[in-house]
Amino acid sequence: MQIDFRLPSLGADMEHATLAEWLKNPGDPVHRGEAIAVVETDKGLIDIESYEDAMVTELVVAPGARIAVGTVMARLSAERAAGAPAREAAAAAVPPQPLPSAGGPLAPAPKPPAPLAPAAPAATAPGRARLSPAARRRAHELGMSPEALEQRMAGKILHVEDVERLAAEAKARPSGVAVAPDARSAMRAVIGSAMARAKREIPHYYLGHAFDFGAVRDWLVRHNATLPVSERLIEGLLVIKAVALAAARIEGFNGYFRDGHFARSTAIHVGTAIAMRGGGLVAPALLDADRKDLKTLMLEFSDLVTRVRTGHMRSSEFMTATITVTSLGEDGVETIYPIINPPQVAIVGTGCVRERPWVHAGSMAARPVLNLTLAADHRVTDGRTGSRFLKTIAELLAAPEKL
Amino acid sequence: MEAQDIRTRLIALLTTIAPDIDPATLDPVQDVRDQVDFDSMDRLHFAMAISEEFHIDIPEQDYPRLGALQKACEYVQVKLRAGGSSSATGA
Repeated sequence: MQIDFRLPSLGADMEHATLAEWLKNPGDPVHRGEAIAVVETDKGLIDIESYEDAMVTELVVAPGARIAVGTVMARLSAERAAGAPAREAAAAAVPPQPLPSAGGPLAPAPKPPAPLAPAAPAATAPGRARLSPAARRRAHELGMSPEALEQRMAGKILHVEDVERLAAEAKARPSGVAVAPDARSAMRAVIGSAMARAKREIPHYYLGHAFDFGAVRDWLVRHNATLPVSERLIEGLLVIKAVALAAARIEGFNGYFRDGHFARSTAIHVGTAIAMRGGGLVAPALLDADRKDLKTLMLEFSDLVTRVRTGHMRSSEFMTATITVTSLGEDGVETIYPIINPPQVAIVGTGCVRERPWVHAGSMAARPVLNLTLAADHRVTDGRTGSRFLKTIAELLAAPEKL
Repeated sequence: MEAQDIRTRLIALLTTIAPDIDPATLDPVQDVRDQVDFDSMDRLHFAMAISEEFHIDIPEQDYPRLGALQKACEYVQVKLRAGGSSSATGA
């Protein structure tokens, strides 16, 4: 069976991406979840993964080409996968995918791939420089925008050394604008239009709940004291796990609102808002957060943050979040009023934990207090259910040893 | 280990976590997070990297002592002198 491998939408507002690199050649086998290609988007370099066990038969698009969401990038053959037993089980665990055709109003209809010839170096705009995949990656590492380099160094082919030289030159200049302002403003535009859509379409309601965070603090101190630095847990991770467990218990917060109705997801993939270096924000998902133990989640979370902060993410992490958690971190203020990330229907926010006068065991005491907030979609739930959801999260966090 | 050597290695760890840090303009006595985009997860990763690089255990309550380069450097020196690779970081 022939399968068209298309560029997936990696966010409500992504319309295009540039193919940076193929990771597979015709004849190579690919497994479900394995990366086939690396594309460059406003959010940085992202690995595009296969949904199938298959074999690559044809690479349709050439590196450097800028392609629309829905474009056929490659053709795969599923012959090889015949009888692969893991397939059905794996497919069942995946929530409804926001495939290009099912996207929201802003997602463009998949375009016919016709104009993109297979021999597509021509697809790079004439007059622009071309970067080798390694150079492209190095540019990201150095905080430079490959697009800006392509425009500035028109007509040239840039390798790693060229990128490093240009970065050094940029640093040597007095103002040292190493992070290209156009990459920043592109990111800002993406966030702006996604959030404008959220505010326009989703009737948000907001709830807040302040509670004693002492149980988590005390438990973490004891738990972490026995562990090496690399295995210690952080407060935010326990919140993520508690949100996932609460979402499994109380319906109406985990899933997508699309085409006029809410479709709940049985899988719980918690998006975690992470600040990108140089500005901007992404919310890739921790997959199946309700079913993994804290140690596994911590490793995955740490890996996710590192890749976001250095610019290398995977497509599945972008497309799958079914609910989001956002935190301002230890340096932030005490309350955040977040905006839902469509097509999701809920986002939980945590402020920074502060010592406050609090009634504890019948008398006044200085206690660490967390302000938990919820923004949820009124088309799906109301304040009463939202209140139960927030209280359930707080109750789960009161017994951290059970998370 | 010489202070200068520790310092060089700390800077290398810092720039791996935050590639936009320019060692030349970094003020060693000021907290890193007040100078560049360095969030709480970056600080955690910095502590993990130091622990691994120098084979020292860093109790959680000591994390704040790694905030500025100079202080981090002194902390590592003290730890190494105290016979660093005792407890949890054997492997």
